[in-house]
Order: sequence, then structure tokens, then C-alpha cells
Amino acid sequence: MANKLNLTLKVWRQDNAADGGRFETYPARGIDEDMSFLEMLDVVNEELIEDGKEPIAFDSDCREGICGTCSLVINGIPHGGRKGTTACQLHMRNFKDGQTISIEPWRARAFPVIRDLIVDRSAFDRIIQVGGFVSVRTGGTPDANSMPISKEVSDKAMDAAQCIGCGACVAACKNGSAMLFVAAKVSHLNLLPQGKPEKTRRAERMVWKMDEEGFGGCSVTGSCEAVCPKEISLDFIAKLNRDFALSVFK
Amino acid sequence: MSLNSNIPSGPLAQKWDQHKFDLKLVNPANKRKFEVIVVGSGLAGASSAATLAELGYRVKCFCYQDSPRRAHSIAAQGGINAAKNYQNDGDSVYRLFYDTIKGGDFRSREANVYRLAQVSVNIIDQCVAQGVPFAREYGGLLDNRSFGGAQVSRTFYARGQTGQQLLLGAYSALSRQIGLGTVQMYPRTEMLDLVIVDGHAKGIITRDLTNGKIERHAADAVILATGGYGNVFFLSTNAVGCNVTASYRAHKRGAFFANPCYTQIHPTCIPVSGDHQSKLTLMSESLRNDGRVWVPKKKEDCRKRAADIAEADRDYYLERKYPSFGNLAPRDISSRAAKEVCDEGRGVGPSGLGVYLDFGDAIKRLGENKIRERYGNLFDMYECITGENAYRQPMRIFPAVHYTMGGLWVDYHLMSNLPGLFVLGEANFSDHGANRLGASALMQGLADGYFVIPYTIANYFATSKQKCPSTDHPSFKQAEENVTGIASRLLGIKGKRTVRSFHRELGKLVWEKCGMARSKESLEAALKRIPELREEFWQNVNVPGSGQSLNQSLEYAGRVADFMEFAELLCTDALNRDESCGGHFRVEHQTEDGEALRHDDKFAHVSAWEFKGVGNKPELHKEELVYENVHMSTRSYK
Repeated sequence: MANKLNLTLKVWRQDNAADGGRFETYPARGIDEDMSFLEMLDVVNEELIEDGKEPIAFDSDCREGICGTCSLVINGIPHGGRKGTTACQLHMRNFKDGQTISIEPWRARAFPVIRDLIVDRSAFDRIIQVGGFVSVRTGGTPDANSMPISKEVSDKAMDAAQCIGCGACVAACKNGSAMLFVAAKVSHLNLLPQGKPEKTRRAERMVWKMDEEGFGGCSVTGSCEAVCPKEISLDFIAKLNRDFALSVFK
Repeated sequence: MSLNSNIPSGPLAQKWDQHKFDLKLVNPANKRKFEVIVVGSGLAGASSAATLAELGYRVKCFCYQDSPRRAHSIAAQGGINAAKNYQNDGDSVYRLFYDTIKGGDFRSREANVYRLAQVSVNIIDQCVAQGVPFAREYGGLLDNRSFGGAQVSRTFYARGQTGQQLLLGAYSALSRQIGLGTVQMYPRTEMLDLVIVDGHAKGIITRDLTNGKIERHAADAVILATGGYGNVFFLSTNAVGCNVTASYRAHKRGAFFANPCYTQIHPTCIPVSGDHQSKLTLMSESLRNDGRVWVPKKKEDCRKRAADIAEADRDYYLERKYPSFGNLAPRDISSRAAKEVCDEGRGVGPSGLGVYLDFGDAIKRLGENKIRERYGNLFDMYECITGENAYRQPMRIFPAVHYTMGGLWVDYHLMSNLPGLFVLGEANFSDHGANRLGASALMQGLADGYFVIPYTIANYFATSKQKCPSTDHPSFKQAEENVTGIASRLLGIKGKRTVRSFHRELGKLVWEKCGMARSKESLEAALKRIPELREEFWQNVNVPGSGQSLNQSLEYAGRVADFMEFAELLCTDALNRDESCGGHFRVEHQTEDGEALRHDDKFAHVSAWEFKGVGNKPELHKEELVYENVHMSTRSYK
């Protein structure tokens, strides 16, 4: 039988974007160490509802670490600090009995809070909309094997393409910068021959949009890489900077 | 009402090409006059929204997630099938067609499946052009692997994240159109009713999940690409937000629901660990390329560590029972075999509901690095959830609800019996029969969205004389009142039980009575209990908060309310289908070896159900399945 934990939660509650927000304290009792962090919150929410209170609003969907919906800062660290792990895949066996755990939303100017732990990340979508694609239409494409791509290049593009768009990189950055997110998409497409024709335009437009959306500048401290659940490498930011420089000097 | 599948005449291989020529077109300048609503932004939704916008239609796309990039297609792991025959191993369009028909236990439509196999090759070309980083060989060409139910390697993949990469490809195409202003995107917006005007689907009612605002949207056609209903079982591999609401509310407006009893139980999921669990996690079928499935031969060995059980005392039951397909036997068959050995008391793990998936031999043969390269992320995920290292000890797996082959009835044009309502991807019923083969869901979602709907929707616009109505039409008013009525009723009950506790109880009931094995008795028991539980739900559910703000309890309550009705439809269909086929296993109908026993004389048809009021028996309409090209044989993977 799995071990049980008794915990104290300090949870950020905020009714809406205009509300100032506050921490509230809740007990989490008899938590099974096999639970995921979000399942632990489900249990707490069930108790809150039964006590006639409003449950804690938080985002989640796939609960298997791939959709990028969950977005909790746990004890000050986006996704809780286990290497390469989203909050939904963080299991309670990583915590100690009696521990106090703080839970906050992503905090960044470009990600306004909607309610409690839920933030608005639509700025990420708008960045993709200006250049995070290859401009091809459906149909009329050449045979998939007509353009060989070396395994090394393809693998590297895949390393970058794994980004789940969760926004932990922004939440971890003291400047609220989205450079790792933008670098991952620019690198994925710019590394591949399909993405080359729009390479500089893509880098230029996405960086410009990122600034416009209110994300901060990058000072390469690497906190983004440290919390990234897909372990996207900081090297991609260097690549983005090169591609962006080309757009300036073109 | 007669069900016309609108399958074109002519030889199978030429049906689609000829039909594409016969379908009416809308000229480029006129396309901008037509407005299309797309509900859902997964593979089918995003690909159709992007493609229709590229063609010049005005598109509105809706999803409940905070971004279209998060739709649950993203979680598909293993791969996508295509009849490219890059491996020169005997694959062809006809073979993919045949494998899919046979895999579906001869309960799908020949013409649809053939078209699916035909366009599969275009999908791979399209995705590569978008920059999807499929796995490649050192020579720079695309790599393939094998999936269940096939003896060729036709599955294209991007590590264990193929769904993610394909969805991000479709999302990038969709995003480009949003940027160009041709698609209006509505994230965090849920469709709560379908609006019918003069018999045609002409709009939807939505709720903005951030502030509760109810809105009316009118269009010339409505596309539902809203996924499956696996969450009726509470525990499934679906995302926690996946629901049947859009499909079911369209059903209540007159769309027929076809074959709801065809549900897929996936053999390789991480076993349930306790009552707290909110969902189950799949371990990709691709693992069965290198993993060997076994349980101890003797019950008394089940408590031992796997490493302490001698080779001679292990029962590699899939290899033993299905020597020609071995560990790659199709999903329905592998799941039932796992259930069988666990029922015999030979299951492993704390609950006794588990079997081993062992990579020991593969690691010896290929080295740990090779296995890490192929499946690293899956092994990491397994360790995250279970705390066990599968490089050192075998994984424990057990079947779990994964996919639903049933869905809204559609014709060859992917249009439901309600003109103007199109249904794509998992939300429709058409291509997988009674069992879906691995790596075919991604194929179908993208086939429908990229390559089928652009042709068939044009034909509807060109031939239908129905104009897009104003949102002031009485049908919109009536539908909006229906939606606000449901919300205020739910909020007004203020009972004692949480929504989740009802959902869990319903799911457990449906899993026990209508899961991997079904019988007349179990289904009748479920059909007795479901209305009682539904009654209790409407008397005693506790939905806190208000309708005018972000309220996750209210969203959830609406979805569970629909599952409470839908579960009855599911069990009704399962009771009515008095045979076994694919994922639908009626214990009364099995061969001596315990395999599914079909009754083609009585059940070679699609069961399409018409809504007749809550609690009333729905009316059955049959579409006979005619096989002109394949012989309805007994499926064998031995």
C-alpha cells in the first residue's frame, strides 16, 4: 500500500483579472504518494466543494505531459522543479509528509491571470500566427521522400519541435522573456530545408511580435532551460539570435 | 427515415477519383460568401479549418482548450499509417484498405476505407512539406515501424510524439490562416447546442468559458470535429476535458448516433493505482515492436519479482496464441487476452490487474541505447508515473479505454443525416468498424480534414439552396434558451454530491457492465441503474459558483449530464448488437478459443440511433454494409 502524506497548501486565489489576489491556506490530508500533483488538487477541490466553498481553478487537460495546459508554480518553481517534468506528471512521492507547498500561477506581464491559477497565454498563439509555420497550402506537395534530410538535422529539429508551449520558460525568467519558446519554433523550422525560404523573415517577425506582446528581453541566465519540461536547449536561443541578426543585416 | 450512404457507383479503386470530378464546385470568387463553423481544433478540426480557409471560405473555429495547439490529438504517441510502400515490403493502397477492413472486423464501409487508404499517401507529403520532423534513416529518407494488425512496416513516426508533431503541423497551418484573417479563432469556448433552421444545421450556441457569455453563431455549414466519448468510462486515456457534449447535443437535435458500442480498449496502458486516479496513461503500441508480453505460468509466481521467475515459467501468451502476429496482435484481441490471463489469477502487480511488457530481450539484442533512442520518452513517462525503471524491470501494463469507433452517422461525404452538419475524425463513425488499428486515427483525422471535406462541403454549398440565417431566427433564440436553462438548472440544485463523484460512479458502472466483456445481464443491469443515477444527479449534484464567470464545476457538470444520457445509448446499442465483433465482446457469442463470434446474417449493418427523448428508447435505423470487394472472413491472427 502506498504511503500517505499530510500537507499544507498555500494557494493563490484571485477572482478575476481585476482582483488583487491573495494566498489562502488549505490542508491536504491523506494524500497517496502515487497521486499526481493535479490529482492531489482534485482531492482538495472535492473537499472544498463539500464544505460549500469554490474550488481552486487551475488548467489541465491531457495529464500526461504533452498538451502543455498545466501551468503551476510550485514552491517558487514552474512545474515544481523535477527535471523534464510537467506539473501533471509530478507525483506526490516527490514530496515529504508535513511539507508546506506554495502554488501560484505563471507570473508574467504577457500572461494576465484569468482566475486563481489560470492565466491567458494567447500571446504565444499570436507569436506563432506571424511566422511559426511553413507557408504551404494543402495539396500539391512533392513526394515526402523527394527531399532527403540528414538524420542529424532532422533529430535536431525534433529536439526543438518538442516544445509544448506551456510557458514555464516565461514564468521562470526574471525578465518574463519568451526567447526559449520563440527560439524553439524558429529553430525547428529554420533547421529544416522546408523552412529555409522564410528563415530570416520568420525570425524577424516572431521576435518583433514577442516584443510587442510585452515579453521581456533575454539575458541568457538559463532559468528557462532549467525548468523546461521538454528540456529545450539554450543553444537554440543562440541560433535564433544568429537568424535574427541576418534579418537586421539583410 | 432511410439512410443513404451516398456511396458512388463504379469500381472501388475509381470511386473517389470519379466522384471528385462529379462533385459540384464553388467558384473561387463565391467561396468567400460562405461561412463555415468548425468545432474542435484537433487533427480533423485544425486541418479542415486551415484548408477551407486557404480555399477562400470564411471560417470560425472553436475549441474548449486555451489554445488550438492543445487538442487531444497531441497525445497520440506511436505513429501514422500510410501506404507509401517505402520499405518495399509488399504494402499497397489495397493492403492498407484490406488490413483496416479486417482490423475493423468487417463492420466498416468499404468505400470510405478505400478512400482513406488512398489519401494516406498525400498526408505524409503534406506533413513533410509543413516541416513535421518525422524520424529518418541515415540516408535521409523517412523511417517506418510496424503497428498491430499489419505485417508490413507502414507507420511513420516522430519519436513517441507523432500526434504532437502532426497536430503542431496542422496548428501551424491554422495559425497562418488566423494571422491572415481568414479564420476567426475562439479558444476557451464550448459549443453547447446546434441550431437547425428548416432542417439544415446552420449555427451553434457557445459559452465563453472565461466569462460565461453565451453567444450565437450562424453559418452555411457546421463541422463537428470534437473527438470521442471515451470519458463516459471516467477513467480513460483521453484528456480530462474530452467530452461527448457537442456530438450528443447534435444527436438531441436529430443527428443519428452510429455504433456507440464500438469502443476501443487499448492493451498497453499503465495499470490503475488507486481511487484518486483522474485518468489513465497509454504506453504506445509501438512498444510492442520490441517488448514481449507475458505473465507467470503459475499463479503462485505472481507475487515474485519478475527477475526471479525463470524463463520456462513465463507464458508469452500473445506469441503462444497468435504466432504469426505475436506481440503485434490487434488491440481488441490483445486486450481480451490480457483480461483472460488476469481473470485466471495470473495478473501481476499490487492489484493483480496487470501483465508484463518486457524489454529484456530487446535490450540484450540491440543495447539499451537503441531502446532509449526509440522509446526514451515513454520509459521516462513510465518512471514518472510508477517510480519504476523499465530498463531494469519489465513494465506493467493493463488495458484501458482509449478510442471510440462509434460516433455520429455520416455518409460518404462525411455529412450527417442533418444536411449541413459534417462530422470529422473520431467524432464520426465511418472508417474503423468495430476495432481501430494502431496509427490509423491520425490518418483518418487528417484525411477527413485535409483531403475529403474540401471537396464534399463544396458540393453541399453548390447544391443546397439554404442561405445562412440571421442569428435573430427563432431557432437561435430557442437553442440559446435551452443552453441557459441547463446552466441555471445545474446551478440551482445545490445538492450534496460533487460532479466528479457522479462521473466516477457512472464510469465505474459502464466499465464493469459494458467494458471489455458484455452480456445481456450486465447490460440490462446497467440500463436499470443509469436512469436512477441520472435522476440522483439532477436531484443532488452540487455545482458551486455562478454562470457569469469562469466556472470549471459548471463546465464539468454540463458534460457529465450528457454522459449520464449518452451512457444509456451506449448500453442500448451494446444490448441490441447480439453478436461479438472487434471491441464489442458479448460473452454469449464466442468461439471455442474465446475469440469474437460475429453473426453476419443478422448484424452486418451500421446501427444508427435516433433520439426520441431522455429516458425513451431511441429508434434504430440500419445501414446495411455491402462488401463488393472483400470476403467477410473470420478474422485470424494466428
